[in-house]
Amino acid sequence: MTVQDAAVPQTEVQDYRNNSLLFLTFRRLFRQRNAQVGMVILGFLVLVAIFAPALAPYDPDRSLIGIEPVEKRAGPCIHALGCPSDQPQHIMGVDGNVRDQYSRIIYGTRISLFIGFSTIGLAVVVGTLIGAVSGYVGGWVDNVIMRFMDVILAFPSFLLAIAIITVLGRGLQNALYAIAVVNIPVFARLVRSSVLSIKELEFVAASRSLGASPLRILFVRILPNAIPTLIVQATLSIGAAILEAAALSFLGLGAQPPLAEWGTMLGSERNQVFTSPHLVFFPGIAIMITVLAFNLLGDGFRDAMDPRLAQLTKR
Amino acid sequence: MLQYIVRRLLLTIPVLLGILVVTFLIARAIPGDPCRSALGERATDAACEAFNRRMGLDQPVPVQLAIYMRQILLEGDFGDSIRYSRPVSLLLIERLPVTLELGVSALLIAILVGIPAGILSAVRRNSKVDVAAMVGANIGVSMPVYWLGLMLAYVFSIYLKDTPLWLPPSGRLTAGVIATPFYRVWDLSIAPGTVGAQVADFLSNLVLFNSLITGQWNVFSDGIKHLILPTVALSTIPLAIIARITRSSMLDVLGAEYVRTARAKGLRERAVVLKHALRNALLPIITVVGLQTGTLFAGAVLTETIFSFSGVGRALFDAITGRDYPVIQAFTVVIAIGYVAINLIVDICYAFIDPRIKIE
Repeated sequence: MTVQDAAVPQTEVQDYRNNSLLFLTFRRLFRQRNAQVGMVILGFLVLVAIFAPALAPYDPDRSLIGIEPVEKRAGPCIHALGCPSDQPQHIMGVDGNVRDQYSRIIYGTRISLFIGFSTIGLAVVVGTLIGAVSGYVGGWVDNVIMRFMDVILAFPSFLLAIAIITVLGRGLQNALYAIAVVNIPVFARLVRSSVLSIKELEFVAASRSLGASPLRILFVRILPNAIPTLIVQATLSIGAAILEAAALSFLGLGAQPPLAEWGTMLGSERNQVFTSPHLVFFPGIAIMITVLAFNLLGDGFRDAMDPRLAQLTKR
Repeated sequence: MLQYIVRRLLLTIPVLLGILVVTFLIARAIPGDPCRSALGERATDAACEAFNRRMGLDQPVPVQLAIYMRQILLEGDFGDSIRYSRPVSLLLIERLPVTLELGVSALLIAILVGIPAGILSAVRRNSKVDVAAMVGANIGVSMPVYWLGLMLAYVFSIYLKDTPLWLPPSGRLTAGVIATPFYRVWDLSIAPGTVGAQVADFLSNLVLFNSLITGQWNVFSDGIKHLILPTVALSTIPLAIIARITRSSMLDVLGAEYVRTARAKGLRERAVVLKHALRNALLPIITVVGLQTGTLFAGAVLTETIFSFSGVGRALFDAITGRDYPVIQAFTVVIAIGYVAINLIVDICYAFIDPRIKIE
């Protein structure tokens, strides 16, 4: 044992470990400007979500009627910008039910991040299982599964999500299922093509000849290779999922009032846009910043995974 | 080339049949009672029975499917809307032109602005223009369409009120502005109820087209004014995505050796970029343009809601939530046919651009 240990220089071992695709990807990722901006915004949003109770000056769901002398749909009042100091401060104004909009936006961060991670998390898990089975088993199983995925992909995903919600019923939970379902085919295809390209390689054959079970080969030998591509696609999909969930809520199909969800807030005040634009403006900005963070991060991941592209776009 | 197009057309037939069956089944999977949805929650059982018999809903599902396929394929009849008690084809003739004008103009803007912006970005890589364009594109893809629509409506119809930049916040035409169909203007006698009459109605519902060919300039300018804001809102995401793919595709090609050769033989930069590079960068761009027409459709539901357009997107949304089976079926079929047609056009474009591509 000791002789063998001495025979392999320590530094070489480390170099080898540091050359894994995942490690290199992350190293390049941290050097990308897009990804840096995305990570900073995302980190900020996560902090906001965690410390929402400390950051929000008011209860997001409680009306201020009888508590403060403030009018329905009052515009923003910021003391530092010249709003009289005898008036209560509401930096994003007050909504149609006399609730502090700033507090609602802050609590909305929790819901939107949850929507993004839970829908795409579910889609990744189910999609990976479907794609792995389809690619590994092959034959008619593969054919049937993939044609079914093609059918799902053939419809515009937003309309399909609307149809699924009509079947399941309105509400945030069903909207989450709908968005997860329309995202499954993307991940299934990704994992399937990854499995197909790897399963005939020699190290898999070696593993098989050593007597590893099919499940072990699939989950321990093959699937880890698909993780980098999955991360890229998942990051980009989270942004899209948040956007779609907000749109569903905006149409009244997703989260229902009084929940402080940005799309619902926008939808319930949309007819007031001409008189109280702040009630539409701020939730939209919040959605945009969150989606932007995930898109920047996803783009950064993709560029970091592709060394050729990384060379080309190096600043 | 002609042979390629014909074979490609034949390949779409099984796809279209599949779409007919799938949309029929999807519409039936939506739970709820179409009768109570049409006649009201308190309709009596007897009234519902009569209603179901009249609409053919009392038959077993396979029989319904057979009747439905026969009607569509042999008679071109999509049935009557349960909610509006009118032929679905009439609804389509009214609604489809609205969405077509909106979608086509949004796609045109996305292509005409997105591709040049992407080329400029790629040619002046890492310049201020490039950074600005790509920051703009990143923000563009992250924006909720309906939010942008509402904000545009606020800025242009309230904030800029009483200025020449004022634009109307909703509707297809100002109330009171009535477009006379071209066949009335020209005194064409078309027998009502015929296919010709339906086509004529369809064409005359394309507001801009109808007013342009008949010279109704007040209608035309009113129609344009109402179309600007929805078009801008709807085109944002496709525009941003097209600009990004154009940039990355051009960057790929501009590094190729034949581009260096073209430069080396002394061609002007303009010719190198537009003739040699762009042509080879076009394939991924066309793919993305094709895919974006699908997202345009989802955007149309939201845009039509914001700007009170009675188009296909809004009608389909209302039909799904109101369980209006014939409308859901017909409109989904129309959308799917649109999808298939776009794919067909994209494939034909491929073959034109890259002669190596032939059907397998």
